[in-house]
Amino acid sequence: MFDFSIITQWFHSLLTGVLPEWVTIGIECVIVLLFIILLYAILAIALIYMERKICALFQCRIGPNRVGKWGLLQVFADVFKMLTKEIIKMRQSDRMLHDMAPFFVLAASFLTFACLPWNKGLEILDFNVGAFFFIAVSGIGVIGILLAGWASHSKYPMIGAMRSGAQLISYELSIGMTMLTMIMLCGTMQISDIVQQQADYGWNIVRGHIPALLAFIIYLIAGNAECNRGPFDLPEAESELTAGYHTEFSGMHFGFFYLAEYLNLFICAGMASTIFLGGWAPLYIPALEGFNNVMAMIPGFVWFFGKTFFVVFLLMWIRWTYPRLRIDQLLSLEWKYLMPISMFNIILMALVVCFGLTL
Amino acid sequence: MKNSTYLGGILDATKSLIIGLKTSIKVFFEHHETEQYPENRATLTFTDRNRFCLEMPHNENNEHKCIACGLCQMACPNDSITVTSQMVTLEDGKKKKQLVKYEYNLGQCMFCNLCVTACPQDAIRFNQEFENAVFDKSKLILTLNQPGSHCMEKPKPAAPKAEPAPSKKED
Repeated sequence: MFDFSIITQWFHSLLTGVLPEWVTIGIECVIVLLFIILLYAILAIALIYMERKICALFQCRIGPNRVGKWGLLQVFADVFKMLTKEIIKMRQSDRMLHDMAPFFVLAASFLTFACLPWNKGLEILDFNVGAFFFIAVSGIGVIGILLAGWASHSKYPMIGAMRSGAQLISYELSIGMTMLTMIMLCGTMQISDIVQQQADYGWNIVRGHIPALLAFIIYLIAGNAECNRGPFDLPEAESELTAGYHTEFSGMHFGFFYLAEYLNLFICAGMASTIFLGGWAPLYIPALEGFNNVMAMIPGFVWFFGKTFFVVFLLMWIRWTYPRLRIDQLLSLEWKYLMPISMFNIILMALVVCFGLTL
Repeated sequence: MKNSTYLGGILDATKSLIIGLKTSIKVFFEHHETEQYPENRATLTFTDRNRFCLEMPHNENNEHKCIACGLCQMACPNDSITVTSQMVTLEDGKKKKQLVKYEYNLGQCMFCNLCVTACPQDAIRFNQEFENAVFDKSKLILTLNQPGSHCMEKPKPAAPKAEPAPSKKED
């Protein structure tokens, strides 16, 4: 597997040769920032297109196919439309909080986005409590949603935001529990180490067998809820709350919420592929040497994107299959079912790790 | 049967959720019903029940069946049909009503089919032509009889009875 840190080290030493340390780090930060923003925009467009097509196929339709070949330019057209729209200032809203809200959501999304391991040696934020940091910063998004609801001075966003707060805080527990289960298996919180282990000893979902599979399913359910996507899209609930917490937002401020929603989907899927499906680690089957060599030739970021989009497809499949839950059903699903099961799952995983029953 | 125990409930729910996922993935790979309109012009078909525009069928000799009786005009609740007729004297001295112009206003029509049911000769019918959009309202007023057309001669079902009468007159 090609190690990208060779290139980044070479670039770093090249710059430090002619420039002082702090200028070098500044330049590198700007480059990384541009990389993140570019990837963020491209992925958002790709995901929106994918969502529309997949949704259409699940509903026996064809989906966008008029603008450009296979409707590829449809999303670009929509993005440009969004960019040209006016940001309406409402008289009774809390202007400062109202304008800040989308940036909180976006900031949480960017920070979690930076945690993903794109390739070997191509991690942006990588330190010894990476998984913990991921859970912590994903919580910032809730503030943005609650602010959006509060500052709008309107009933729909308020109800939507309260629902969203209840939902996100509840389901974060399940996410934390399942990630803890896998951290227990890996013995480390550093994301690059988690992936490196899986490249060496096999994917976590195979290594941890029953508890890992259970954790994966719980993670998918809770992740779908974390992204505010159906069947848990109560905060938006088009039929009851018009658009939920972003009812009173227009133009690009609404666009940021929309963008963050799709990128959260990608981040959720990316984290699932990192901790369960081996991140950039290629497929490895012990008996087949030739097959393994071919698989190892495929670059790591292709593996990462492949796995992530596979999980995105699973999440979309869930979204377009089930009807929306009621708020009490939603909370009882979390507190009465997912929480106890994931707690039980932690104990199971602890026993498996203790007695060395991992594959 | 609804299972009331905790674990049984989980099992039941899992089973029904998996059935849902199976159904939706089956639809995912199925044939899609969407019609791609301008491209499928050649193969596009409608059921016979569709009524898009009134027409008066003409045969190859440019003959129609309309006898200009005006029943369709009277049946029309929207006044969208105007039948202009004239009286002509036939060679045998008989007077007969003849169609001059059959005007149909598509813009006023509500496609109730009353004119078609009223017609004693089956001279008019609704067709399947649906691309009726125009930029000028006056273009919606259609003349259904083709220029130079005339009414079809009856094959005379009561031939033996009808024949003696003219022969008498000729005598």
